Amino acid sequence: MAVTDKVGAVMVVGGGISGLQSALDLADSGYKVYLVEKLPSIGGVMAQLDKTFPTNDCAMCIMAPKLVAAGRHHNIQLITNADIAIVDGQAGNFTVTVRQRAFRVDPTKCTGCGSCAQKCPVETADEYNEGSKVRKAIFVRYPQAVPLVYSIDPEKCIGCGICSEECKAKAVEYDQKEKVFEIQVGSIIVSPGFEEFNARLKPEYGYGVYKNVVTSIEFERMLSATGPYFGAVLRPSDGDIPEKIAFIQCVGSRDEHCGNEYCSSVCCMYSVKEAIIAKEHGGSIKPSIFYMDLRAFGKEFDEYYNRAKNEYGIRFVRSRIAAVSEDPKTRNLILKYTDNGEPKEEVFNLVVLAVGLTPAADAETLSRVMKFRLNDDGFCQTGVFTPVETSRPGVFVSGAFSSPKDIPMTVAEASGAAAKAGTEITSARGTLVTKKEYPKEKDVAGQEARIGVFVCHCGINIGGVVNVPEVMEYAKTLPGVVYAEQNLYTCSQDAQERIKGKVEEHKLNRVVVASCTPRTHEPLFQNTIKEAGLNAYLFEMANIRDQCSWIHMHEPKAATKKAKDLVRMAIAKSRLLEPLENLTIKVNQQALVIGGGVTGMTAAIELARQGVRVHLVEKEKELGGNLRKLHYLPSGDDPMEHVKRLEGEVRAEKNVTVHLGTTAKNIEGYVGNFKTTLSDGKEIEHGVVILAIGGQEHKPEGEYLYGKNKDVKTLLEFKEMLKKGEAKGKSYVFVQCVGSREGDHPNCSRVCCTGTMTAATKVKDKDPQADVYVLFRDIRTYGFREKYYKEAAQKGVRFVRFDDERKPVVEDKGGKLEVKVTEEDTGKQLVLRPDYLVLASGTRPQHDAEELAPMLKVPMTKEGFFLEAHMKLRPVDFATEGVYLAGLAHGPKFVDESISQALATVSRAMTVLSKTTLEAEGIVASVDESLCDGCGICVPTCEYKALEIVAHKDDPKKKMVDVNVGLCKGCGACVGACPAGALTQKGFRDEQILAMIDAALEQSKKQEVK
Amino acid sequence: MAEASQAQWEPKIIGFLCNWCSYAGADLCGVSRYQYPTNVRAVRVMCSTRISPHLVLDILKAGADGVLLGGCHIGDCHYISGNYYTEKRVRLMKRLLEESGVEPERLRLEWVSASEGEKFSKIVTDFTEQVRKLGPSKVKKDEKLRSRVAAADDASETFRLKALVGRELNLVNKGNVYNNKLDPAELDRIIDSATEEEFERSLILELSMSKPRSVKELGEIMEVPTDKVLRHIVALRQKNMIAMEHPEGFTPTYKTIVIGGEQ
Repeated sequence: MAVTDKVGAVMVVGGGISGLQSALDLADSGYKVYLVEKLPSIGGVMAQLDKTFPTNDCAMCIMAPKLVAAGRHHNIQLITNADIAIVDGQAGNFTVTVRQRAFRVDPTKCTGCGSCAQKCPVETADEYNEGSKVRKAIFVRYPQAVPLVYSIDPEKCIGCGICSEECKAKAVEYDQKEKVFEIQVGSIIVSPGFEEFNARLKPEYGYGVYKNVVTSIEFERMLSATGPYFGAVLRPSDGDIPEKIAFIQCVGSRDEHCGNEYCSSVCCMYSVKEAIIAKEHGGSIKPSIFYMDLRAFGKEFDEYYNRAKNEYGIRFVRSRIAAVSEDPKTRNLILKYTDNGEPKEEVFNLVVLAVGLTPAADAETLSRVMKFRLNDDGFCQTGVFTPVETSRPGVFVSGAFSSPKDIPMTVAEASGAAAKAGTEITSARGTLVTKKEYPKEKDVAGQEARIGVFVCHCGINIGGVVNVPEVMEYAKTLPGVVYAEQNLYTCSQDAQERIKGKVEEHKLNRVVVASCTPRTHEPLFQNTIKEAGLNAYLFEMANIRDQCSWIHMHEPKAATKKAKDLVRMAIAKSRLLEPLENLTIKVNQQALVIGGGVTGMTAAIELARQGVRVHLVEKEKELGGNLRKLHYLPSGDDPMEHVKRLEGEVRAEKNVTVHLGTTAKNIEGYVGNFKTTLSDGKEIEHGVVILAIGGQEHKPEGEYLYGKNKDVKTLLEFKEMLKKGEAKGKSYVFVQCVGSREGDHPNCSRVCCTGTMTAATKVKDKDPQADVYVLFRDIRTYGFREKYYKEAAQKGVRFVRFDDERKPVVEDKGGKLEVKVTEEDTGKQLVLRPDYLVLASGTRPQHDAEELAPMLKVPMTKEGFFLEAHMKLRPVDFATEGVYLAGLAHGPKFVDESISQALATVSRAMTVLSKTTLEAEGIVASVDESLCDGCGICVPTCEYKALEIVAHKDDPKKKMVDVNVGLCKGCGACVGACPAGALTQKGFRDEQILAMIDAALEQSKKQEVK
Repeated sequence: MAEASQAQWEPKIIGFLCNWCSYAGADLCGVSRYQYPTNVRAVRVMCSTRISPHLVLDILKAGADGVLLGGCHIGDCHYISGNYYTEKRVRLMKRLLEESGVEPERLRLEWVSASEGEKFSKIVTDFTEQVRKLGPSKVKKDEKLRSRVAAADDASETFRLKALVGRELNLVNKGNVYNNKLDPAELDRIIDSATEEEFERSLILELSMSKPRSVKELGEIMEVPTDKVLRHIVALRQKNMIAMEHPEGFTPTYKTIVIGGEQ
């Protein structure tokens, strides 16, 4: 192979939520993925979290499906416990040397049963629980770990040999050595995440000295049901429930003494969340949050903050804590702070330090090995227009490695980096992925059930409690069962071969496995019977481990009886199983992008470079959108230059057709098969839609004399004046949060604080003598933007905090403006007479959102932005497949964030457009036409918009429901709603469910005889 | 009266003697007519290694004032290495006795060969005097002490301690699975800390068996810092051995989970 040849594989370094998202996107769009993780299992920090803001979703519940998907994906190879040693080559063709530390357990043999860890006599602190629980020297990081392979901690193992003796699968290999190997990839994505700030570096807070001072991540584990106290909030010193908890913000952030001047972006919100959850755990808990500025800048974050204050009664105190001391008798903590200038002392039972985010521990090593630059703070350097690119071509970055950020932004960047990585090697797409071939399916229609039952010992996990031979013998007596056997591990490779052999030998047409949970193992066995020529849906599982032997360890007789019941139920259902078809849907490989701003143009260009024909629809007469109006970016980059560059690229891309002065009049269809009519009458067929319709600056008519006095301007208007050199004056006042965080717009507009810093600094740069005041509620210059705040302050911009109850008052005194404001901290009134009053007014949605939403059947927020499928993990998807959103249409955000989201939609879209057909679910809803009277009750129950009322097939005067199997996800919501009994769900039909219930309630005579 | 009963009191001592050396030595002692106090009731076992910590602790609970273990000299064991294990186990037993508050001097391990009749008599005499000086064992009468001994007993039965002590010799002498010989001092340190932990955990379970107890209450009874008690409770809850009761006020209490046996 020539050196210039592109390699159709990507290496993703770091297996947190970021790396997972990149890997899944790429593997689903035709690339081979190597996911390299330094720990023995993937999952990262998100796997440690209890809940996530602002929806309070359980982190593990929403993450586990992605973990399992990555673990099972045939195009993803997990390389855990490994580091990157050398990177050679160039973009499109890298040779990466990987060093994988020894697990001392053979991953191909380990079944993850955990017998070894149960018997290991060495206990040590459990890192996953921040040391608050114990683990063994042979361990998995957490119960749901992927891959579920135990590994031996070389530091702690004393080499006693017990685990090897316990392991019935003979997986323990003490002499396993470190492996060093080379991998060829075309692109690399680095997403190693972050480290928590070491709280010991702030000795004034007493962390590590006072038992009842904990870090936020320790507190997070405390809140978790899998944490040390099983979800109770207790004091580490004595196990009491703390009544008063203090959260101290900005520990290791916004603090030049410890060298971290940046804001960590996420701590305010996670503290609010932790306070809410703590409160939910025990109503008597009284949390107080001590903060400088409460930075709730994300989508619907302020509403969450308001709920914390008003509904949960969480106390917020604006003050930086100077020091914490301990009462040695009670172990209570005494906080010293100033409140409105008054020195105060207050006693708390527990103190939580909101520790900041610092660069990944291996940031420097990675930058050296991979040859990309870090920024001054030690994070990966990126640019405002290149948010997912490192300084080395072909090496991309996502997540908290480039700046402290929350999960939704991380996930968007992860998809965005995947898009960039894919573009680099588009010509090699599909060259390294494998497609599994199965034998032709046997026709079992009309055959009597011939069921084979395989009962697993799971080493001693099941067999040590449940009498497996007895269960197996019992299974043989049940109707339809023609064969039963027991296995030491039914999931082992050799057992798969046995199952296939037995299907052949006994002409089995149903297979039942009684072992562990179908949630992890059903796909494995389904794959096995497919290899044996059976339809995957002719498989059923009985969970006699996780839900029997493991929970009735001391009642073997009762457990055995229960196992028999579970097996009888599975067999009863299996008799009624039928083969199901995964219908295929054709995919039109064109894309429609609505909106020609920076977001839409970025998406269109990237799609085009991946070989997709794109229609870019823009309602204005020119491309560029809001970016044309910004004039200045805080980084110093020129927005106009970027608009021109993008415009040129769009024009040069022959795959992009631009429709200016045009809107979408009508959109019909579903994923892979959309048909759109444009306002000029043109019709377009396409497979996906990307909504990038942007937003607009709020015009606060009548407020603060806006529109009445010519010297009152919005921020964008003022920036234009600055650009044109029209702003001539000696005195300027900026007012923040105009039309944001109040009334019908309770949320923060995210960008105005930083935008104000840019404008205020520009004024000061031009005229250092100018008087510049910023009147604000909280300054929310999150992340590295903190430095613009600092710069403005250093240049003499004066900041005056006001209370939202006492907003500034503006009067026109004979054409001259007079602003009166009461300073929150001191209560003093200031009277200012500025030449210009600049209103940092909020970001509002575009009105076309209201027209597009019903056409595409996608939801909106109260404020009129589009509402994504999931606020945390699906930031650019809708529940409706094939429709994506990015940029200001999703909510207020900065240019770099819009670009990341634009790239993310490309990656998400490519998971559809890279294929010619999509495979639908097998367990879909189906309708009995003779029973359906078209009442439509089912239609709104479908989150995926798969149901539609159509004319009845037999009698066009009547109506009936039609199920679009391409959209149906197989939840069964509609079946439950149907009043006529016309809808049913394949694989979960009423008869099948009832058969299981009958079997469960049946008093088996054979059992009683025993 | 106390002095009178003290005067009438005679220590009750149980001796475990291995068939091949110490029992033979005791026989020789008889043959040679060496005299010694009548306080020891000897039980013959094939090897000293048969004696588990559980047996010893059980005997102390049952009211014995002292336990004497006799085995072959190191290197002489009829079963090659049984007495090495005995030695390690006795170290554990003494640590557990210490933890529980029973004088470790109530337990003695001695090597007596089949030819050391005289030595045997001296040992019995000396040990009986030692136990006499210690006075009657309070284990049976003192409820607090009895629960601590019971906890030591439970701790001795944990897989963790059994495994560590059971493997100790191989790890130190023959090397572990990586062919490294462990530093005995380092391994002792690991075992000692495991012993302390398992004892304290067993005591928590013992104390919380009949009634739910709070961390502070346990800390006070056990004389262990409360943060340590809480860490033990975390570990016990990981193993599903103790449960939190519904907290009233600000102090949760914990109750030992009594495992339901076969009905």
